[in-house]
Amino acid sequence: MSGISRRKFLKSTVIAGGSAAAAMTSAKSAFAMKEFQGYPDSMGVLVDLTRCIGCRTCEAACNKEHNLPEPALPFDNLSVFDETFHEGKQKRRTTDKAYTVVNRYAEQEPGGPVYRKIQCNHCSEPACLTSCFVNAYKKTKEGAVVYNPNVCVGCRMCMVACPFGIPAYSYDSALHPEIIKCNFCYDTRLKNGKPPACVEACPQEALTFGHRKTLVKTAHERIRSNPGKYVDHVYGETEVGGTSWMYLSSVPFEQVGFNTTLQHHPILDNTKSFLGIVPMVLGIWPAMFLGFHLLAKGGKTENKESNAGESCK
Amino acid sequence: MKHLIKKGFSPVNSLNNPDNGHKWSLWQKLRLGLTPAEYFQQLLRNPFNWVLCVIFAIGLPIIVYRYVMGLGSVMHASYDYPWGLFLGFGLFCMVPLSASGFLLGTTVELFGHKKFKPILNLALLNGLLGYFFAVVYLLVDLGCPWRLYYPMFVSWGTAAVLFLVGWHVATYLSVQIMEVSEAFFAWIGWPAAKKYIHGATIGLTVAGIILSTLHQGALGTLLTYAPGKVHPLWYSSEFMWIFYLCSSIFAGLCMVIAVSTIVEKTMAWRCSREFLDNLGAITIGLAKGASMALVTYFVIKLIGLTHDNQWSYLATGWGKWYMLEISLGVILPIILFSIAIRKNSVGLVRFTAFITIAGLMMNRLNTALITFNWNLYQEIPHPLETIISVTIFALFIVVYRFILYRLPILYTWQSVPALEMATVPVLEPAETVPVQPEPHFATVMPSIEN
Repeated sequence: MSGISRRKFLKSTVIAGGSAAAAMTSAKSAFAMKEFQGYPDSMGVLVDLTRCIGCRTCEAACNKEHNLPEPALPFDNLSVFDETFHEGKQKRRTTDKAYTVVNRYAEQEPGGPVYRKIQCNHCSEPACLTSCFVNAYKKTKEGAVVYNPNVCVGCRMCMVACPFGIPAYSYDSALHPEIIKCNFCYDTRLKNGKPPACVEACPQEALTFGHRKTLVKTAHERIRSNPGKYVDHVYGETEVGGTSWMYLSSVPFEQVGFNTTLQHHPILDNTKSFLGIVPMVLGIWPAMFLGFHLLAKGGKTENKESNAGESCK
Repeated sequence: MKHLIKKGFSPVNSLNNPDNGHKWSLWQKLRLGLTPAEYFQQLLRNPFNWVLCVIFAIGLPIIVYRYVMGLGSVMHASYDYPWGLFLGFGLFCMVPLSASGFLLGTTVELFGHKKFKPILNLALLNGLLGYFFAVVYLLVDLGCPWRLYYPMFVSWGTAAVLFLVGWHVATYLSVQIMEVSEAFFAWIGWPAAKKYIHGATIGLTVAGIILSTLHQGALGTLLTYAPGKVHPLWYSSEFMWIFYLCSSIFAGLCMVIAVSTIVEKTMAWRCSREFLDNLGAITIGLAKGASMALVTYFVIKLIGLTHDNQWSYLATGWGKWYMLEISLGVILPIILFSIAIRKNSVGLVRFTAFITIAGLMMNRLNTALITFNWNLYQEIPHPLETIISVTIFALFIVVYRFILYRLPILYTWQSVPALEMATVPVLEPAETVPVQPEPHFATVMPSIEN
């Protein structure tokens, strides 16, 4: 046995040495990789709120693409914009029957009303993905955040974690409840290089599909070349570490329902200080507390100790 | 039970029946040594059992209904409040209140404070049952409870804090089962197994400290995934874990005080003299520990407020609610505990312990439910959700009581049947244990026999 293990040992040493050398050459890039900048070829969508007319064509296209149930009111009925929930505190949101919805805001503003489409923003470092304890989410290299219902336990942590309040849950299913959210039409379109159904359907070109990196440039270019038209901010460029879907608006973002108090680094960062102490506790506590135990025992002999322990029968 | 004790009945407390010297059978032990008729009569006599019956009659069908019709039938099925009472109460409140096991384990086994020995088993059991029922709450709340083992065996989301919580609660539950099993093995009559577990006490205790430190903290860290949803006064991305860990210390200690109070009032017949005589001094001792933790908690909460500069929020409506929580749940207990300790008043300590528990629960519910989505809208839990939560808590009480009645938690198991109740042997060499191990145990663990 020792002979085999020696040969194996030598072999593995050579391999390990080689890979260590290889690692050394890329040490600099490995250090930089600690900060995930998003996949280089990630796709995205730029939503220009100034172009949206609230026709709900995108909602209809999404419904058809994903074979979702027919809504109570047809998609050409614009009275849904008047719907509010929870004593007027909330407008329509994504549900287990709608991956995307359009809402109307700023009716009284001079340039208004303004319409805003919501769906999964496909974060670069998604909170739903990093908070999931069974790894049900995946960020694909094309930029989509997709969900696998086959491993989902149904804890709904992702719904708590999502800073945009997007994932819905099919609570009514007893046997196959699952998270329901926009998947960037990953299976049917995105992985073949095609834009999602809503983008293709938009008659106003309010939605622009392209490489995220290009879209960031496009967005800033639009702001620069139309002085006074846009708020000088691309929502989603840096929010929660960057999202694949980004927005341009003519009115301040908080007036059109955006959460402008979000942090500008990934949600995952909030847990890092705690996760950092985990290996330290695992490493330090055993020796520390056994040390305390030995100190507390003082000079008492092991025999006395075990006798005292026996008294609790 | 009181009637029977007055008549001279003494419940099973040793392997053999003192009347005829025979071994108690399992069924006799389960009936505490009563005849079936007597046992049934004492069940009916207790009015609390009738209350429990009503709760179960309403609650159990609703739990079945939840599994048949889906979660949406008993919850608001809210996308904005994915977690309701099941997790807000069942997980976030039960886990800190069950910190008692590791705290008393550390005190007695590691630091060697034998003064607290009589209450150690109660603290361990409280910990075990609290965690177990947190998992029961989880089984009701999860969309697919049959996949509970997935994070362990099927798919690992290693970067997630919940992954850590899941693993630690599972392993800690096993550790606590082993700790409490010592009492079980004594009761069932497997001394070899009991001795084996006893040998692992220190290891189990240290494992308990590690796991508790991490998952009590991790529970707080779970909410750092939701900055902006949790109100800033209850949120701190840096200190959440230490807030939760620190508050679990006084919560666990106060829970032991509370449970021991209830035990002393309702089942004194089951407690040993040693337990009853020392309970006052132990209660004061626990209060000292709890007040230390409370003061520390208060200080670090102030540090947290300052660190994140959240003082301006105190002037808002939520700020008043926050100050109420801190006043009732932290400052008032600190004052009352210090008065009680100085005056050596066990009654006041107990009263304060109940207040502290309420304050802790207020904190956990505030963070996970009440102030969650503070700038969106507030939601009152669904009535059926509340009924299920109450039912599971009633189940918790029933199991708790069932075990306390039987296992040597509150009393000491008599190894030598001839000994009288009054002369409880404090120090007793292991050799006098009548070694009658189950045959298969002897074969499984021959090396541990001696």
